[in-house]
Amino acid sequence: MTGVWVMIAVLALATAALKLAGPLTLGDRPLPAGALSVVELLASALLAALVIVETFGKGRALTLDARVLGAAFAVVAVTRRAPMIVVVVGAAAVTALARLLA
Amino acid sequence: MGAARAPERPGSASERRRAGIRRGIPFGIAVFAISISFGVLARPLMGAVAPIVMSILVFSGSAQFGALAVLAAGGSTGAAIVAAVLLNARYLAMGLALAPSLRGRASSRAAFAMTTVDASWAAASIGGGAFDPWYMVGVSVPQYAGWVLGTVVGVFVGPRLGDPNALGLDALFPAFFVSLLFAEARGRRRLAAAGGGAGIALALTPLVPAGLPILAAAAATVAASRLRS
Repeated sequence: MTGVWVMIAVLALATAALKLAGPLTLGDRPLPAGALSVVELLASALLAALVIVETFGKGRALTLDARVLGAAFAVVAVTRRAPMIVVVVGAAAVTALARLLA
Repeated sequence: MGAARAPERPGSASERRRAGIRRGIPFGIAVFAISISFGVLARPLMGAVAPIVMSILVFSGSAQFGALAVLAAGGSTGAAIVAAVLLNARYLAMGLALAPSLRGRASSRAAFAMTTVDASWAAASIGGGAFDPWYMVGVSVPQYAGWVLGTVVGVFVGPRLGDPNALGLDALFPAFFVSLLFAEARGRRRLAAAGGGAGIALALTPLVPAGLPILAAAAATVAASRLRS
């Protein structure tokens, strides 16, 4: 149990350090123009990677399971402008249903 | 869902923060559902109190689920720490992007930077590489409330729920990120960055420790930034 508390403390500090490193070392100096055009695209690249890892990842492996159907539902719902709660809860429902039927 | 990006608003700090809070409410509801699943999954491994403290202090879905996955697979807490830190390494890049938009003393810049989470950071982008810090704080408020509250609910209802995967709770996270991605990836260059990031994550996941593929996906932005918009 001590290990769990150490883990929580370390992760709290490490996450804070990662969030603070840029703002505290760079100050409020502007980034060079070339860097800005890259920064603008960062969210798209990172979010897409998160979608992939959370849909297909299982530790250090790729896997196809019922999450894929949930994610597919999310894509369809989002393109039809469904509210976020419908997208998220619907994805869970589709995944649960697929597992029930499997 | 609202508009894809925060419009450039000249309003006062409190107006922009309130606008952010309104924008963050649907995120908060989604995050509430996701953190219920965190509480449910964490309780058997960490007990009742530790998952709640973790959500209060760490406030990071990907890192908390990542650490949990390692513990559930029988890994050490050391391995769980490494996995979670790697999963959060993207905050380093996000912080570098945010830095020029933060003004004032170091303590004030640090306070703003601490409220960074994926959805708020993406929503607070106002184009041209700039961010609206007060808007970001606002978007984070409902998410923090939802995250902590959901963990509490998950920890206490968890033992009565049965197998969380049977409820499809592991599909909540990908769906949340799909939602954020569609709001963000508009236009040729962003779509190219998203496609490249997805490709890098797919290619690297079997090859390197969890978390690194997400960070490496940032490299896709370099190629995509050379495209005409």
